[in-house]
Amino acid sequence: MMRFSTLVKHPADWMTGGQGEHGAVLTSRIRLARNLRRYPFPGWAKRDQRAAALDFMRPAIEALPAMKDAFSQELGDLTAVQKQVLVERHLISREHAARGDGSAAIIERRQTFSLMLNEEDHLRMQAIRPGLQLGAAFAALSELDSELENSLEFAFDPSLGYLTTCPTNLGTGLRASSMLHLPALVLSDQIGQVLQAVNKIGLAVRGLYGEGTESLGNLYQISNQSTLGESEETIIRRLERVIARVATHEQNAREKLMEDDPEMVADRIGRAYGVLRHAHIIDSKEALNHLSLLRLGGTLGFFPPETVIVCDTLLMDIQPAHLQLHSERTLSPEERDAIRAKTVRDRLHSLDSPDNRSTTPEKNPPVDPTQPGDP
Amino acid sequence: MKCDFCDNKATVFLTQLVDGQMKKVCLCDPCAKERGVTDPTGFSLADLLLGGTVPGKEPAPSSKSHGSTPGGGRKCPTCGFSLDDLRRVRRLGCSDCYSTFSDEIGQMIRGMHKGMTHVGKVPAGLMAMQVLHQRIEELRSKLDQAIASESYEEAAGIRDEIRNLSEIKV
Repeated sequence: MMRFSTLVKHPADWMTGGQGEHGAVLTSRIRLARNLRRYPFPGWAKRDQRAAALDFMRPAIEALPAMKDAFSQELGDLTAVQKQVLVERHLISREHAARGDGSAAIIERRQTFSLMLNEEDHLRMQAIRPGLQLGAAFAALSELDSELENSLEFAFDPSLGYLTTCPTNLGTGLRASSMLHLPALVLSDQIGQVLQAVNKIGLAVRGLYGEGTESLGNLYQISNQSTLGESEETIIRRLERVIARVATHEQNAREKLMEDDPEMVADRIGRAYGVLRHAHIIDSKEALNHLSLLRLGGTLGFFPPETVIVCDTLLMDIQPAHLQLHSERTLSPEERDAIRAKTVRDRLHSLDSPDNRSTTPEKNPPVDPTQPGDP
Repeated sequence: MKCDFCDNKATVFLTQLVDGQMKKVCLCDPCAKERGVTDPTGFSLADLLLGGTVPGKEPAPSSKSHGSTPGGGRKCPTCGFSLDDLRRVRRLGCSDCYSTFSDEIGQMIRGMHKGMTHVGKVPAGLMAMQVLHQRIEELRSKLDQAIASESYEEAAGIRDEIRNLSEIKV
């Protein structure tokens, strides 16, 4: 079985692939909720019933070919930091991390599939892909689900579909979502309008980090709300269409900003570069917001295109639990801010100033996203 | 105006949007307190209306059953989850709860989703059952038509076919 340190040693492929046609879309995620017949739902089950359900599901999942040599742990056997790292990587939910014995996480080696056992439902399965690939992610996860059906009997009703602990997930049990980076829509004050339009057609939008309408790092998540009455394909097709449209809006907004106000854009990106390259104390909020602008700079030609990957990797690595994991000890918030600043400086060590780039764009060496620069 | 739950004079008047409809409830002071109506954060008219305490139709619950609503003690025979639990946490105890509390869940999910009936993936083993089920439904409506048009011979044939298919199901 895979060890935790091996699992999280490298960023997953899906964390660093948010480029291409819809550069604003970082990741696509599909989640399916399933429950066992004849076992009470985890929230209502007694301790021994929950353990029995876990013992029943776990071998079936571990036996799947796709889950060969997967990471598989009961949550009670993980430390608080380890659980938090999995949350920061979106491999388990915050709610799941709060659980202990009787709940487990099984994560495929490349982190493309992760299964939560005894979360709110007996089984919450997830597939993640880079960019806008909800359809592909669903196809892969649905195959896994069908294979599991051979050994597990899921609770299903012909009229209500897959039966879930909470009626909000009834039917398909499907939650499809994409993470989007929308800095130009924010800078040009169009974000409110766009999000409102998305909301109006029954899709949920929320900032990935931060409370309420505030979104740190200009990162947003768009997902379906309704799970009953429409097929998986219909739900996913609508989402993909809407997300592609939002990504196009973002692209247009970027081009328009460069046309209308290139100086403002250069100023914002230059300041972000300056702070990230030279700060010695930086909190998550400040780092996220500057990394967002650096990422934007990567797509607008201020930096080499690989800069986008460096930013996406840093997004994960500057989170509190990741910092503590790399430092191999518990850190106070002050220590974290210092180590965060150093991590960022190291990674951006070889990133040349945008001022040099316009004259000698060929001189920028490619940056390896997984290796910190020389200190 | 009289309180909807007893004969005292109503002093608290509530109007809320429940399932897209305006609902009004009149209460006297003690009844309002007992139902937590005076606490604006913890009260939903929906609970009061859906709780079976239809104003004027049923007697007010005695104060002994504080915290539970009439019929709320009804339990799922499989897992023991009660209707009160469902109203409190808006979640179910096991998959059989969906048949135990089918009426309440029907009300709960109205307007929650795009539809009320599942469309989409079906577990492989159940697929055959579903096809069968649909075929029987089709035959039933054909049967109705045949009877309506007084084609009794045809109706008898359809009836036999339905009987045969239903036996496969068992």
